[in-house]
Amino acid sequence: MDAISGWFQRFYESTGYNFSVFYDPYDWNRYVDGLKMTLILSVTTILLSLVLGATGALIQSGPSRLLRGLVNAFVVVFRNTPPLVQLFFFYFGFGTMLPATETATGMREPVLNNIAWAIISLSLFAAAFNVEIFRSGIEAVPRTTVEAAEALGYTRFKAYCHIVLPLAIRVCLPALNNNLVNLLKTTTLAYAIAVPETLYALKQIWSESQNVLEMMIVLLATYGILVSVLVWLMHRWERAMHIPGYNR
Amino acid sequence: MMVPAGSQDGFPVLLPFRLRRGETHHRLGVAAGALLCIGLVLLVSTASAQGGRVAPSALQVIAKWAPLLLTGFAFNILISAFAMLLGTIAGLGVGLGLLSDLWPVRQTSWVLTQIFRNVPWLVLLFFVMFLVPFQLTVFNAHIPLPDWVKATVGFALPVMANVAEVVRGAVRSVPSTQWEAAEALAFTRRQSMWRIILPQCFKRMLPPWMNIYSLVTMSTVLASIVGVSELLTLTAQVHAAEGGRPELFAPLYGFALLCFFLYCYPINRWTAHLERRFQTR
Repeated sequence: MDAISGWFQRFYESTGYNFSVFYDPYDWNRYVDGLKMTLILSVTTILLSLVLGATGALIQSGPSRLLRGLVNAFVVVFRNTPPLVQLFFFYFGFGTMLPATETATGMREPVLNNIAWAIISLSLFAAAFNVEIFRSGIEAVPRTTVEAAEALGYTRFKAYCHIVLPLAIRVCLPALNNNLVNLLKTTTLAYAIAVPETLYALKQIWSESQNVLEMMIVLLATYGILVSVLVWLMHRWERAMHIPGYNR
Repeated sequence: MMVPAGSQDGFPVLLPFRLRRGETHHRLGVAAGALLCIGLVLLVSTASAQGGRVAPSALQVIAKWAPLLLTGFAFNILISAFAMLLGTIAGLGVGLGLLSDLWPVRQTSWVLTQIFRNVPWLVLLFFVMFLVPFQLTVFNAHIPLPDWVKATVGFALPVMANVAEVVRGAVRSVPSTQWEAAEALAFTRRQSMWRIILPQCFKRMLPPWMNIYSLVTMSTVLASIVGVSELLTLTAQVHAAEGGRPELFAPLYGFALLCFFLYCYPINRWTAHLERRFQTR
């Protein structure tokens, strides 16, 4: 560790390229905190959006016309509006309407803070796409399979959880993969409501240390690595879940 | 080789996965659309009911500022159009580079595509905003580069990478027999590319290209973060000008949502329609 920080310090002194995050412990901590926040945001939104997407797809194949219509409207609206405006709509529009408590210092402390709103808003945005992806996956499952499950006495919900969804997920993994990568990239939007994630942390660092170019390179590299890790994980999952003899 | 989905229904076989967007399922019916509008009006009116007697209601505020906000939205569309134009031209070049015979060209194009596809749009926007100078000096002539031009370039970069992928995918989807037939007719590689393969690709490229366009349009609001005065910036300014009442947030941002929805939804419907029409089985 010391060798790395020493090297970057000497690199700065000899070339003038100031990668302050790698030798200044204060900047390093901020960067790592930002990275942690990005990871928290990504993991929670990915999980939430998967759950919401699966639920939406279940409702969509269900009997209630009203619920189907509601899910449809949700998908159509969230797919066709910018995620940033959605985020602002939720955070400012709803966030200011919610009751708030006051902290000891007299600051307004809302029930849901900006991080919670970012998670909610981004999950809903990605869920709208996931509903559509899961539905396409469910359509690939043949009717006869569902009928066989019914004949074995499965209820609709049980059949969905144990038979239809596991098959559907395997079928739609490549499309899901794309959407989740997209979601990871969209978490940068949380910057706009001051959630201290990677972009926010690096922006603070470069405004203080005047090293925009170097921090930009760190930023690009960070997201490049994060996306590659996600893609690698998803590919591994895809291989593990692969249905023998399907589509190959 | 794929059999139409309908005729396979009888067999207990997993059907091939196809992401069918907007086909019967995700269409907003007349009833649902009406419900949505009523819901929005209700939302706005409840918000204004809380606003008290003296302050103008949210609907009045929106009506008053609508011309300004719509100008902002027009600016968004202008940025998206320019970004799309730039990105498409560059993307065609990079896409053909991806298919090139020369490996350095192929490698460079591949690296370019991967970088600009995998980095968040906002990060690229920051990249261009901070690292491109505010004016260019060419032969002692100063060409100013206003913020929105730089933002346009910032949006054009991811468009370029996405268009390149679309071009590559479309060219790959042309059956290899077409290449062989062209070769048999003594076309050179370049001739067969331009006169035989690309004309066939055009139809396949149109729907994904329109998809990208709708993505770009929705991303133009990111420019507000870096200080270009488009719809979202103006919305925040209007909100401040009306006294910064918190109950005005929802209607004003709701109006911005509505603008984008009314613009992007028809484009998406049309894309889905074209996709179905051009579907090659």
